[in-house]
Amino acid sequence: MTRHLLSSADLDREQTEAILDTAASMHDVQRREVKKLPTLRGRTIINFFFEDSTRTRSSFEIAGKWMSADTINLSAKGSSTSKGESLRDTVMTVNAMAVDALVIRHSASGACQQVAGWVDASVINAGDGTHEHPTQALLDAYTLRSRLGPLDGRHVVIVGDLTHSRVFRSNVITLRTLGARVTVVAPPTLMPSGVAAWSASDGFATSWDLDDTLYAGDPPDAVMMLRVQRERMSGGFFPTAREYTVGYGMTRSRLERLLAANPDAAILHPGPMNRGLEISADAADSANSLVLDQVSAGLAVRMSVLYHLLASDGSQAAA
Amino acid sequence: MPRPDSAATGGTDSDPSAAVRQPLPGQPLDPTGRDVLSTSDVARVLRRIAHEIVEHNKGADDLVVLGIPSRGVELAHRLVDLIAEVEGTTVPVGALDITLFRDDLRSQPTRAPLPTSIPAGGIDGKVVVLVDDVLYSGRTIRAALDALADLGRPRAVRLAVLVDRGHRELPIRADHVGKNLPTSHAEKVQVRLAEHDGIPDVVRIAGGGR
Repeated sequence: MTRHLLSSADLDREQTEAILDTAASMHDVQRREVKKLPTLRGRTIINFFFEDSTRTRSSFEIAGKWMSADTINLSAKGSSTSKGESLRDTVMTVNAMAVDALVIRHSASGACQQVAGWVDASVINAGDGTHEHPTQALLDAYTLRSRLGPLDGRHVVIVGDLTHSRVFRSNVITLRTLGARVTVVAPPTLMPSGVAAWSASDGFATSWDLDDTLYAGDPPDAVMMLRVQRERMSGGFFPTAREYTVGYGMTRSRLERLLAANPDAAILHPGPMNRGLEISADAADSANSLVLDQVSAGLAVRMSVLYHLLASDGSQAAA
Repeated sequence: MPRPDSAATGGTDSDPSAAVRQPLPGQPLDPTGRDVLSTSDVARVLRRIAHEIVEHNKGADDLVVLGIPSRGVELAHRLVDLIAEVEGTTVPVGALDITLFRDDLRSQPTRAPLPTSIPAGGIDGKVVVLVDDVLYSGRTIRAALDALADLGRPRAVRLAVLVDRGHRELPIRADHVGKNLPTSHAEKVQVRLAEHDGIPDVVRIAGGGR
């Protein structure tokens, strides 16, 4: 296994499947009365969140604690970063405390890659700018696999603000690694340039028309709605929220038509949801919605990632 | 303490034994090795252990048999079948994976954990019989005892092994031993079971310049 997890592309199919298989064992631990494993006893994990987060940070913290690692949370606001310390100085300070892993979320794309070059610890990317969010992609794949079985040949549609979405980038890589077919849908203003070049590969397509993608010929096994990131929406990407919903939201009528074609179609959303904007309450709360399964899977997948990255120190005496 | 949800403890939603009993063949048998237990020996030895377990427990009440993956699970299922022949009752059987409780995780390549499945009745107040193929340093059993403690509080824990090859590093002993096998550290004990490895049952000792 790699030392760092910076991009979903760091994991080949075998490694991705190993993490998902182990996550299933970890999921069992969540159902126990004693939710504690001695596996990472004596390890120190720092969760360094330069951006706000609820589920990613709390699940990394709980994941570490359930595996007996000491986990510490730092955020930009409460740390010396707010006094003007640079990322490098902050990270090197933490590194000098001989920690085993740094879980980093940062608003700058590539921040984790940068940090990985500086420190001795394992670096885990918990979301860097608009680049990648590999553990989210793993938990989405885990959730989908639990519902659909093996993902080979399955059709997953990802809809929304692709330009600003790190979730989408990691998801495309992981889903393709696992053999799924992916279609990404966005309004032209939110379709990042260069995505068309990815379409060269088999089983990957882009579209500007959601209805066309959902109902024409190739009904999806799963539809992932991405959050419209209001904090990044200053550029006039679409005229009104209403117009976005009409064109690209999972409205009640779209849901009904989707389920008419495939009653088992799964609805995913990485959260936090803007109900009524990209996803209607009908879709979010339907039996086909896997939103809460995703949260639950997040914990198991992050335990698995910590296990695979940290359990062995790499010295690897011959067995 | 009551554990109302103990049925779900470490269990899987699907048929647990199906997931656990997948064949996972080991290295090929060493052709220069010497067979110490033949197929019929293994059958005889397991039958004796099954009788011993029942005799020691004065019946099959409150017994739970847990195999340690991967071959211990197969042995556990066989023992339960044999106990059923003797007593006419089917004892709950499961699997207890100890990967995450090992004390050598740091120095070994990362291993994938195997499924743990605890029977619906749980283990509280039960007599748990741990089953493994080879008892060597005792560290696996130490890890298994830790894993058990997180799942509940058995009334007693017993240990049944197919082969005891000595060289204990911890104060641990087996209650039921198929065969005591004096070995040197340089030797390897290879256990193969039909359902698990796809070849007839055999225990072979290899290496060590014999």
